[in-house]
Amino acid sequence: MTSANTDVRVDDRLTLYFVAVSLVALFGGAVTGLMQGLEHAGINLYTVAQPVIKSYYHGLSIHGVLNALVFTTFFICGFVPFLFCRALGRPLANRKLAWGTFWLMVVGLVMAAVPLMANKASVLYTMYPPMLAHWGFYIGLTLVVVGTWLVGLNMALTYRGWRREHEGERTPLAAYMSLATFAMWTLASLGLAAEMLFMLIPASTGLTATTDALLGRVLFWYTGHPIVYFWLLPAYISWYALVPKQAGGKLFSDPMARVTFLLFLLFSTPTGFHHQFADPGIHEGFKILHMIFTFAVFFPSLLTFFNVVASLELASRLQGGKGLFRWFASLPWGDPSLTSQLLAMLIFVPGGVGGLINASLNLNLVVHNTAWIPGHFHLTVGTAVTLTFMGISYWLVPLLTGKALWSRKVALVQAWSWFGGMLIFSNAMHRLGLMGAPRRSMLGSVPYALPEWSAVLPFVGIGGTILFISSLLYFGNIVATVLHKKEAVVEVPFAEAHSGAEESPKALERWGVWITVAVVFVLLAYGPALMTLLSRTSSLSPGFQVW
Amino acid sequence: MKRETLFELAWMLPSLALPAAMLVAVVVTAFGAGIHVPTHEGQVDPNALGESELFAEPGVYQVGPGEYEIRFIARTWSFEPAEVTVPAGAEVTFVGTSADIVHGVIIPTTNVNMMLVPGQIARSTVTFRQPGTHPYICHEYCGVAHHTMWGRLTVSEPEPDPFTDNERRVQP
Repeated sequence: MTSANTDVRVDDRLTLYFVAVSLVALFGGAVTGLMQGLEHAGINLYTVAQPVIKSYYHGLSIHGVLNALVFTTFFICGFVPFLFCRALGRPLANRKLAWGTFWLMVVGLVMAAVPLMANKASVLYTMYPPMLAHWGFYIGLTLVVVGTWLVGLNMALTYRGWRREHEGERTPLAAYMSLATFAMWTLASLGLAAEMLFMLIPASTGLTATTDALLGRVLFWYTGHPIVYFWLLPAYISWYALVPKQAGGKLFSDPMARVTFLLFLLFSTPTGFHHQFADPGIHEGFKILHMIFTFAVFFPSLLTFFNVVASLELASRLQGGKGLFRWFASLPWGDPSLTSQLLAMLIFVPGGVGGLINASLNLNLVVHNTAWIPGHFHLTVGTAVTLTFMGISYWLVPLLTGKALWSRKVALVQAWSWFGGMLIFSNAMHRLGLMGAPRRSMLGSVPYALPEWSAVLPFVGIGGTILFISSLLYFGNIVATVLHKKEAVVEVPFAEAHSGAEESPKALERWGVWITVAVVFVLLAYGPALMTLLSRTSSLSPGFQVW
Repeated sequence: MKRETLFELAWMLPSLALPAAMLVAVVVTAFGAGIHVPTHEGQVDPNALGESELFAEPGVYQVGPGEYEIRFIARTWSFEPAEVTVPAGAEVTFVGTSADIVHGVIIPTTNVNMMLVPGQIARSTVTFRQPGTHPYICHEYCGVAHHTMWGRLTVSEPEPDPFTDNERRVQP
């Protein structure tokens, strides 16, 4: 069975469609985000926005779902298979499946978006029964998740075809990392899928009358933490496989990069209880076990820090960079794609440090469910991931459309303003959290505000406004790129490695073994806890709509 | 050994040591300093709280010399009771649950920070050293008036301890 078309560019249009949907979602999230920031600063736009956005929480639901779920997922399902195919030098195994998957995900998105926009799904982006949204929201999002599985399946089929013709060879690095990402996600998404199929869809359609709140939270967070690695790993793929080349050098160590992704496959999923440290009904021992797994994930992140920074340093020194730290300033900062991603990496350092605090059993008592948490994940998903994806799009959109980037200068201003705006916004949110301000609350209007919050709240609005302006520069630049006439031929900036693939252990390619180990870790971390939960006499609640 | 391999090891070993050391620190403070997180404390039927021993009459209970329990219910969008008073220096345990959806409670600058999940009993113990007032705030999104869900805790001057034998309800 051979593919009718062996041109690797055959499905560039598919990638473009995925990216287009993701950027529309990002725009919707940016508008609602601005309103939230201004609300905290005392400027309430919700009275003006009434015809469309009914409340702060309606807007917050749109912001979270569009930015964290839709933008990320669609960008990843466009970018990762694209890079995977270029790395292997062959198109996706099944074109019909690939396009069918895209349209399935679009149908799912529309099904979820209609109740979301109509204020029938203002549950934010977490799924905590017995609070229930309209059933269309859950079925739609489930279809999107099924779509991600089909993307992974298509990649697996493509890999099988490649492997048949390349026996004994190492998988190209970018393809290896792409496979690890989707293997991890497929295992990690089972919790959310189970919550959707067995709890949320039956309860929201009226098939069942009651749900178990704690079980819902456990299933949600089974997916809810590793989903952040599903967002982050594609950014890492760019940092490892492309950024060294964009910086004018090579990747420091290819085998180390593979080990890193393998560790993410093993340790990403058995970590969910660290989001439930403050939950009753789960024994402290289970929480400590998940904390250990969460700390284990810190190791591949430190390896990434080392490997990527070493690659950048070598690249800089090749071009005359000097000094212990000064070489960092000698990198080619005039390239907006590289600059975006370097700034994303810088922001990821405090993001990672904050993440360690969140993962620490009892330190988390200080920050759990406070404004610190959105402060934290706007550094990680909101910048390390988002600004990297923006940086990728600065070469990917020109490659896909054949048009030169409209303005490098605007792109540079955009990257720096995102960096600056996020520092202001996130710093304010972290400080508010340490002072006990709750997250996901209309903080500009709370009756219990402590006097010390008032000096910090305006900075949430200032940072949010800068971020919004940055996003307008971004969208303007992308739209102008697509519309203007100047053509360009762009290549994927694949990096070579100083220490190459041939030095990596062959065992790293044994997917069956590693996926089995990952499943065993999940069973160890969740098996006993789930058995305990399911065996308790259940005390079920009816569903509620509360907005 | 290759120079690159030495560099790799020089980074990898501290990368293992750092999270390991932090883990030890967290576990030592949990069991050494007694800074615990909520754990399994039993269950209660959220649809029949009026018949439960703990939550039939929410309020402040003195349960021992210098020991109080605040038994409270979270429901959309209020706490019951919404005002409580405890003496400074006493050991105060918050015992809560939810009557409907998931709520939470945080008292800024203290270690009271827990989820209130329907069906589950949540406990957290704290001692207020200084007289004053503290808000207790719902910190889990619970609908359109979520930001209005709170209560006020007053810490009064330390009292001579009148506790005799059995637990008694002192408020409301």
